Amino acid sequence: MQSEVQFAGFGGQGVMLMGQILAQAAMNAGFEVVWIPSYGPEMRGGTAYCTVVISDRPVGSPIIRNPQHLVAMNRPSLEKFASTVKPGGVVFINASIIPVGAGRSDVDELRVPIMEIAKDLGNVKAANIVALAAFVARSRVVSFEELTGAVKQKFAEKAKLIPLNVKALEAGRKAATGN
Amino acid sequence: MGKVLMKGNEAIGEAAIRAGCLNYFAYPITPQSEVAEYLSKRLPEVGGVFLQGESEVAVSYMIFGASACGARVFTTSSSPGISLMSEGISYITAAQCPAVFINIMRGGPGLGGILPSQADYFQSVKGGGHGDYRLLVMAPASVQEAVEMTMTAFPLAEKYRNPVMILGDGLIGQMMEPVEFPDHLKSEPSNKDGWATNGMDTRRSSTRNLVRTLYLVPEELNAHNLKLKAKYDRMIREEIRWETYNLDGDYRMLIVSYGTMSRVCRTVIDNFKAKGIEIGMVRPKTLFPFPKQAIYDAAAKASCRAAISVEMSMGQMVEDVELSVKGLKPVHWYGKCGGDVPTPEEVMEEVSKLMAS
Repeated sequence: MQSEVQFAGFGGQGVMLMGQILAQAAMNAGFEVVWIPSYGPEMRGGTAYCTVVISDRPVGSPIIRNPQHLVAMNRPSLEKFASTVKPGGVVFINASIIPVGAGRSDVDELRVPIMEIAKDLGNVKAANIVALAAFVARSRVVSFEELTGAVKQKFAEKAKLIPLNVKALEAGRKAATGN
Repeated sequence: MGKVLMKGNEAIGEAAIRAGCLNYFAYPITPQSEVAEYLSKRLPEVGGVFLQGESEVAVSYMIFGASACGARVFTTSSSPGISLMSEGISYITAAQCPAVFINIMRGGPGLGGILPSQADYFQSVKGGGHGDYRLLVMAPASVQEAVEMTMTAFPLAEKYRNPVMILGDGLIGQMMEPVEFPDHLKSEPSNKDGWATNGMDTRRSSTRNLVRTLYLVPEELNAHNLKLKAKYDRMIREEIRWETYNLDGDYRMLIVSYGTMSRVCRTVIDNFKAKGIEIGMVRPKTLFPFPKQAIYDAAAKASCRAAISVEMSMGQMVEDVELSVKGLKPVHWYGKCGGDVPTPEEVMEEVSKLMAS
């Protein structure tokens, strides 16, 4: 079994971090994992994307043109990558700033207004964690417990941010599952 | 310490420290600048020296100087930077100084691009600088292997008193994978009192050591080259490393591929297997010395109709594959440049075409 998740958005939206947290969670759960960044000549404010491959055996090709799932944090990313997602995958959409859908009937589209949710929690910067939580709750690429553990691990050196991010995780999960 | 998730470039920096190397001189260049970033913070913490040179040319001579004084030392760069270092590398091989050079390749020629490439095969394996010299060249296919090869490189460089080159590509440097730093790969620097200019007060000797590369007497220079050749011959006897994949069955084609490209080829072989088609692979882990015999033996199997070298270059390693196969079977090449890493689908299409022809 192998699943691939592509995260894409503007530089500054925390796209690379989302991928790293997911990769950490999958590694903690005992999976083989690779995190592959885009490192082309992009500049601040340009597009940023990364791919996480999670597998129960050593990962072969790190080059993934058709990921199983997509987390689109802005409109250009959705428009660029929506068509590449494998049928049946989850397409997560940052509904706060993306007014359109994936335009596909064969994927599981999940729209969450992550920025409003994060603002209500007190810090819009937590929007990426809301998104990651909603995506994981829907796709179940790792368990929610592993995700929570990895978020705490990632913020271990900035411990005062942990309560906010735990709240963000919970809010994201609720947005995706309705309870 | 258990497994940690690390970027290849940072893992390489940490591996060097774990291997007992506390001297790193470098000049930044994408896609490997994170090694310098990481070590600029880490080396002072462990009492090491991080120094940014004014250019790659300067760095190569800083490496030469430190090594001649008996220190464990290494640098990292990417393709254009390695070109600039090549003069120094030639001198270091001539002077028989151990050192480790790591090339996280990007696309060329010229400034080229910053994305992954394997176009420096010739430069590393056949000699980027002048004169008759060889580097021991290792090619990692994962972040874990980059760690292990880095840790192994230092004692190997000292065993041969010759630079070791680790040839990775942009993906090896940029991607994150779980890694561990095996304790058994830690090593003590060798005793260099017999040759290094490490100070006569420190080695309790009255013999003067001289590190040099100038031999104006033809017989002397010839003798010096024969001495170097004997070391390269010993590398061929003792250091060839490779891995095979799916060579047990009756494979119809043999893929030869290294580094990141070999991972793509592993997926290619798995996908073919799912369709009932067997393809085998030999993955060289050392590019010099090259696993000629292993490739010859794999190509010689009756079921194998041809070999194909798959590389992110316009066809460099394929020449060594041809030499290995010795005309026994046809040898083909497939590759792409510019950072556009061939996908499994693209390689499969090429292999299918060859099988149909």
